[in-house]
Amino acid sequence: MSQIKVVHYLNQFFAQVGGEEKANIPPEIKEGPVGPGMAFQAAFQDQAKIVATVLCGDSYFNENTEASIEAILMMIREQKPDLVICGPAFNAGRYGVACGTVASAVKEKLGIPAVTGMYTENPGVDLFKSSVYIVPTRDSAVGMRDAVAAMVPLALKLARGESVGSSAEEGYIPMGIRKNFFETKRGSRRAVDMLLKKLAGEPFETEFPMPDFDRVPPNAAVVDMRKAKVALVTSGGIVPKGNPDRIESSSASKYGKYDLEGVTDLTAEEYETAHGGYDPTYANEDADRVLPVDMLREFEKEGKIGSLSRYFYSTVGNGTAVASSKKYAQEISKELVADGVSAVILTST
Amino acid sequence: MVKEIERAGIPVVHLCTVVPISLTVGANRIVPTVAIPHPLGNPGTTPEEERELRRKLLDQALDALSTPIEDQRVFE
Repeated sequence: MSQIKVVHYLNQFFAQVGGEEKANIPPEIKEGPVGPGMAFQAAFQDQAKIVATVLCGDSYFNENTEASIEAILMMIREQKPDLVICGPAFNAGRYGVACGTVASAVKEKLGIPAVTGMYTENPGVDLFKSSVYIVPTRDSAVGMRDAVAAMVPLALKLARGESVGSSAEEGYIPMGIRKNFFETKRGSRRAVDMLLKKLAGEPFETEFPMPDFDRVPPNAAVVDMRKAKVALVTSGGIVPKGNPDRIESSSASKYGKYDLEGVTDLTAEEYETAHGGYDPTYANEDADRVLPVDMLREFEKEGKIGSLSRYFYSTVGNGTAVASSKKYAQEISKELVADGVSAVILTST
Repeated sequence: MVKEIERAGIPVVHLCTVVPISLTVGANRIVPTVAIPHPLGNPGTTPEEERELRRKLLDQALDALSTPIEDQRVFE
């Protein structure tokens, strides 16, 4: 193969146009490598050549995404490159989104391979990790050298049309794609090997890594429950009969907020569950089995709690993305705080 | 969801059946419940017994909410 032609995408900062004050510049193109492009060019040696650098202000790009991407694609297409490198964006959010958008458009609309690099918590990662190759980088440009070293071999492979191995082998962020292959050792053997290593305190690599969950320290206890305003929240999908908000039975795209004013018992005539994935019979017969309104009304009467908050919030936990649940609960929490709720009982099925 | 509510500054108790998930997700106050399809009820018993069961679980929930904790705790 002759020398690989590369176009590099950068933001205004890395393209040395200016800082935040230049974040509103529209796309433009420069000949040859610029800024980090020099490091990429050095790493490519004579295997590849950066023929042009396309740049755009981060704010301009994110505020005019469609127009930007159209202009950028046109500039890139004219160069007829074999490969496009975007960034790396490190932990710059807008830049990460721009790099991801450009890389995925280049791949899909122009059919040209693209690689980008970002810090794992860059919002561009979650948005684009399933559609483009993203090499994990440090959170700032201090990690430029490592990023270049990791991106170049993968980029060259892609440009040459060579087959790309798993994320673990090639060092990109897992795309969530499963590839079947034959293991040389059978499962029981591998499991026992792992167990033995674990028992011996040796490092081992799980075949089923659990997702990363962050932690929030517990809040102070409620001083006097008898004065507390208690709100009910559930991921068990309890909704008024007929599911007025059409909350999906799995992978819910929303949550509902429902009035409990005057409600002392969730009856089968008036409430049901929207939740798939578990047998709804029992919840449909008596929704208090999931959302204990009846007993909390009694507690209220007995003075065990100050009051039951007027609204309950409900979504379906079945297959619903962590990011969605997080978003719903953030919105719900804001309302709870505004309503002066002092404690929450959250039920899950 | 539990975590986001906690993050917002409101003490929250998670009533759930699959405690390991709750622990993994990061709930701090956890009360184990009866079964996935009926966490706060038991269709195999009389309505009165169910109500007593629900009362007991919610008493535990209130207990959890009013107990100062430093780390995750399962209130059995």
